[in-house]
Amino acid sequence: MTIISAAGLRKDFTVRVKAGRLRRERRTVSAVDGVDLAVERGEMLGYIGPNGAGKSTTLKMLTGVLAPTAGEVRVCGLTPVAQRTRLALRIGVVFGQRSQLWWDLPLRESFGLLRHIYRVPSADHAARLRRCRALLELDAFLDTPVRQLSLGQRMRGELTAALLHGPEVLFLDEPTIGLDVVSKQAVRGFLAELGATGDVTLVLTTHDLADIERLCRRLVVVDHGRVVHDGTIEELHGRYGSRRVLVADLDAPLPAGFAVAGATVEAVEADGHRVQLSLDGGVGAGTVVAALAGAAPLRDLSVREPAIEDVVARLYRS
Amino acid sequence: MARAYWALFAGQFRSVTAYRASFAVELFSNLGVIVFDVLAVLVLFSVTRTLGGFTVREVLVMVSLTACTFALADLAVGNIERVKTYVRSGRLDTVLLRPLGALPQLLLMDMPLKKVSRSLFALAVLAVALHLAGVTWTPARAALLAATVAGAVTFFGAFFVAGASVAFWWVESGELANSVTYGGREFAGYPVPVFEGWFRNTFAYGLGFAFVGYHPALALLGRADPLGLPAWSGWAAPLVALPAAGAAAAVWRLGIRHYRSTGS
Ligand SMILES: Nc1ncnc2c1ncn2[C@@H]1O[C@H](COP(=O)(O)OP(=O)(O)O)[C@@H](O)[C@H]1O
Ligand SMILES: [Mg+2]
Repeated sequence: MTIISAAGLRKDFTVRVKAGRLRRERRTVSAVDGVDLAVERGEMLGYIGPNGAGKSTTLKMLTGVLAPTAGEVRVCGLTPVAQRTRLALRIGVVFGQRSQLWWDLPLRESFGLLRHIYRVPSADHAARLRRCRALLELDAFLDTPVRQLSLGQRMRGELTAALLHGPEVLFLDEPTIGLDVVSKQAVRGFLAELGATGDVTLVLTTHDLADIERLCRRLVVVDHGRVVHDGTIEELHGRYGSRRVLVADLDAPLPAGFAVAGATVEAVEADGHRVQLSLDGGVGAGTVVAALAGAAPLRDLSVREPAIEDVVARLYRS
Repeated sequence: MARAYWALFAGQFRSVTAYRASFAVELFSNLGVIVFDVLAVLVLFSVTRTLGGFTVREVLVMVSLTACTFALADLAVGNIERVKTYVRSGRLDTVLLRPLGALPQLLLMDMPLKKVSRSLFALAVLAVALHLAGVTWTPARAALLAATVAGAVTFFGAFFVAGASVAFWWVESGELANSVTYGGREFAGYPVPVFEGWFRNTFAYGLGFAFVGYHPALALLGRADPLGLPAWSGWAAPLVALPAAGAAAAVWRLGIRHYRSTGS
């Protein structure tokens, strides 16, 4: 069942830019430029793209914060801007750079207020809070005013706040931005756990690919407001010719001028005792290994699967 | 629903009172405006015996009636002017993500509790002024006073909201919109015959400020309008309040649609 759908979604901003000394010109920026999207219930979607690609703007239109310039949006069967308050009861949102919490109040009190704001039955609230407390290890700072929390602690609080009303869809905009490594891991682990239950549809924007590499099977890559790829990570690799890398340690240096069909020598290290070859799509590692073994005695071999970073970097460049 | 808004108010209340000392100071540093209103009238009357045909006691009723309803409107919705900081910083996003109306949320989140003391003081000044003017109380006059306070508070509140909405289109709106609101407040407190020409027509009848201060005061004092408007105009405060509130709500809603957040 489709829970999020967008067709021809657009958002234009008019900005004033300096043109000469005093003159200012109005210019239209298409932050989101015709996005089509359909997300099924229970899916975990990674919405990725470089800074300024239009990820946050898209999320704001899906959550009813911004009115689209053009296009159709439905989330949970509702029209976000027109039915904003009804939609708000059914979605959870975490914006990495904005807080849902009360700055001067302890987390525990913020959670209590949110229970009333979202009209959550107290048994449901208690059960969800108990689960978040365990998974996100909140107990150590539950009674600390939010303004005294570290960014990582606060983000764990924000995640809890977004989930206490049992949303059907959780939108996360750069949830790991600025976090230390440990907190990043905690957040990713929690989201993986959450996604595994299949109760919540997850839409996660990020420019940090490590966030989604293990989390989201489906990736939507955007650039300049347009979707440039929509599919699985494997499809992304296939389509953009990402290359597996073969690393071989040799007992004797590789003869100069070594070449083999279907692979490119990327690097030669350790006086020719270690080589890296990237394999063309569809070429088996075996034929390349055989050619290598014919040129120099092999000591060790490893094949590295392509990283999405490389693919996406290539995608942005093209 | 009421509980949800109450929770929001409780959150704000607890946040403010977390800083107990500064809260106490603010409670009492807010009375100056009202004192100044009264002093201004007394200074005027030290050089003249009547103003637009009215005595000092009558003018004090007009001024204190306006000061009181304006203070109440300011207490209820005056802090909506802070919406411009929410718009500029993009923090309105958070407000729009909650399952509650944006306007009531902003009002409850920024409830200026310190303005409570000013409103109470203004009410006391109004009571004294009405007493000094020797108003003879009838059920009709009491009803008129209640209707006027409700109408005038709504009316001034509408100006606060409409003025604050300018920020959705023009982030650096500054104090321009407020100058109409505060200008109207000064105007509404004085007898209309004092003013002349287009200025009088615009503020008194065009925008309707005469009907929330001057005309109801005439009716309370049992005096006829020297400019010849019928007696029922004293009851017109709710009548001008409704279209003002409707217009303000429309402008606000349009503004929310126009909100553009900030890049992030
Ligand atoms: N409120 C705004 N006013 C003007 N331009 C904006 C606004 N919000 C975003 N933009 C512009 O729209 C583009 C997309 O921004 P955003 O959606 O925040 O990108 P991302 O989240 O992918 O980094 C950027 O060029 C940004 O400068
Ligand atoms: Mg962003």
